[in-house]
Amino acid sequence: MNADQEAIKDVFSSFFVEQTGPESARNSIPLGFDLKAWKRLSETGAPGMGVSPPAGGGASLSDLVIVAEEAGSQIAPLPIIDHVVTSRVLEKLDLLEEEVLTGTLIAGLVVRPVKNGVAKSVPTGAIANRLIALNEDKLLLLADEPPNKSLPNHGDLPIAHRVIKNADVIAEGREATELFDRALNEWKTLISAFLVGITRSSIEITVEYVKDRHQFGKPIGSFQSVQHGLADLPGLCDGARLLVNKAAWAGDKEIAGAINLTDNEISDFATLASMSLVFAGETSLHATDRGLHYHGGYGFSEEYDIQLFYRRARAWSQILNSPSEECLDLADLLLKDIGAE
Amino acid sequence: MDFELSEKAIDFRSQVKKFIENNLTSEIISNMHETGTFNDKSFNEALASEGLLAGAVPGYGDRDPVELYLLFNELEKAGAPYDGLAVTMLVAGIINAVGTEFHHEEILKKLLTGKHNCCLGYSEPDYGSDVASITTKAEKVGDKWIINGQKMWTTMAHESDWVLLLTRTNSEVPKHKGMTMFLVPMATPGIEIQPVPTMASERTNATFYDNVEVEDQWRLGEIDDGWSVMGIALALERGVMGGTNPAVPLLKHVLNWAETTPSKNESLMINNNLMRERIARTAIINQVGQLLTLRAAWIAATGGMPGVEGSMAKIYASEEYQKVVGWFQQMAGAEGLLSFGAEDAAAFGWIDYDARHAPVTTIYGGTSEINRNNIAERHLGLPRSR
Repeated sequence: MNADQEAIKDVFSSFFVEQTGPESARNSIPLGFDLKAWKRLSETGAPGMGVSPPAGGGASLSDLVIVAEEAGSQIAPLPIIDHVVTSRVLEKLDLLEEEVLTGTLIAGLVVRPVKNGVAKSVPTGAIANRLIALNEDKLLLLADEPPNKSLPNHGDLPIAHRVIKNADVIAEGREATELFDRALNEWKTLISAFLVGITRSSIEITVEYVKDRHQFGKPIGSFQSVQHGLADLPGLCDGARLLVNKAAWAGDKEIAGAINLTDNEISDFATLASMSLVFAGETSLHATDRGLHYHGGYGFSEEYDIQLFYRRARAWSQILNSPSEECLDLADLLLKDIGAE
Repeated sequence: MDFELSEKAIDFRSQVKKFIENNLTSEIISNMHETGTFNDKSFNEALASEGLLAGAVPGYGDRDPVELYLLFNELEKAGAPYDGLAVTMLVAGIINAVGTEFHHEEILKKLLTGKHNCCLGYSEPDYGSDVASITTKAEKVGDKWIINGQKMWTTMAHESDWVLLLTRTNSEVPKHKGMTMFLVPMATPGIEIQPVPTMASERTNATFYDNVEVEDQWRLGEIDDGWSVMGIALALERGVMGGTNPAVPLLKHVLNWAETTPSKNESLMINNNLMRERIARTAIINQVGQLLTLRAAWIAATGGMPGVEGSMAKIYASEEYQKVVGWFQQMAGAEGLLSFGAEDAAAFGWIDYDARHAPVTTIYGGTSEINRNNIAERHLGLPRSR
């Protein structure tokens, strides 16, 4: 991390700790969105940070993963990742509205293909005023009032189905799919960073708990079985962060990367973004599972925060794809120059 | 951490890759598996004459730990015999750090020619993870030391000119404070080597020390301060001397197999969805193993001591390797059980070999449990549990 990135980390760490955190996540149920915190975040200019410098942004993907991890560490109920990624697409097509830049209007990505004119289970579906979606080889922009009502869900996210009608076609053919793929890879990278944040906090929360909680006259964290269950996690968390950072590095580079599977040399952005999502996702499942378990019955009770992390890890790690399906997409990338397909 | 290697490191890596392409023959690889000795002195000598060996000594010369990592990583990915080399270069690094002029002249210089090897004499039949409890005794008699005892897992003893031997020199003090390290010439009378065959192809040894007499000049470090020398050895290793990408050559063998082997429905295995999912997962594991190792090297290169980071890389790479080979062995069914040389052996027997080899990787060089203790205490700040 360079000095600028250290500064980004400090600023956003403070922001998310002070303005969001588990308290905000709880208070945002059932919508899954904290409007007050979003307005505060908008005052900092964060919703526009991903666009180009002349438009008032300038953050690289490597900068944005820092913000996303800090947001994840506080399970911030804010659509910052979707908004930033979508804004970047809108800017490329010269469609960036001032209200989107400032965060007055919320922009989101329909991460899965549209079917029969409906976008199902859109991550920001309940709150997004602008949605970008891919329908076959057409990129669509839906400008519509959001329902402001979520489908009840596992991760308390602002999920809703959205009917895509009267949407503008904003790009077609190869341009459309390239723009969408780029946005989706950025989204995967940043969601992975958010999941690293969830993992990091789950470890911290649980380590504090096992130091504090006494059974048999000792802190439960002094028992080797508990220690060893926790000791696996920091390496997985660090590995996930390294992979996410590498994906962002690949995404920021001007030149295309390479895939050399048999030599374990991989610098292709799409491949690394997909790897990140699978690995950061499953790492977060594992860390929150251990974390909840070592809380004993309290981990299962609503009162303790670990269950909030547990459920969000599951929601974000599979809202795009089941990990197995994501692995099959990844295999298509890895094996495209090898084998029978 | 920079994901872009420096120009110097990239040059070094291409030099290593070129060397491997020109020097690593299939005879060398099949010979290592037939003999069980993962060491090839003529290969090591060729590395030395190419000027690559001086860069393989941790802390020595102008090579930084990232290049050290690259050398061993390339050897590992290529399936080259590097086990003997890694231990030998580790000992070279220890001599460089704490050795006397005599050790430099008499041992280090010879190690750098590739013609000589060292082995490690730490573990004993009754003391493995609890290595500070060892009982092999060294007694000062006049100006000489008399050594008696037994060591286990002295891999490469039969190839080596010296053994780095941890001995008990004082039983009156706490166990960590009564050990002394020696570099004992293997030709000294009273040393006996017994081979210990293993379930994989590699051979290890038990070594016996019966009134072995050595002069004081073979002592490495201060008397009763052998534990500090051990500490240096562990710090130098830093998880960068191979062992963190074992599933890379495995995946290469598996891909060759999957591309040529029909599955039950007559399509090739490479088109089987479970196979493809597992290939993708293995590719992720290989990347993460590489990144965790590179981070440890990078911390070392910038003056840090990546003890905990080395533990993380070691646990991850070895345990995932064992998991991955289990997947592929099961997918290969009965042919996944067939060994080198057997007709129809899946991946020419590599799957069987890796499945035999994988369990030891979570044991040697510090068991997963010892590494978890290290992370729990030193990284998570949990109380000592034993």
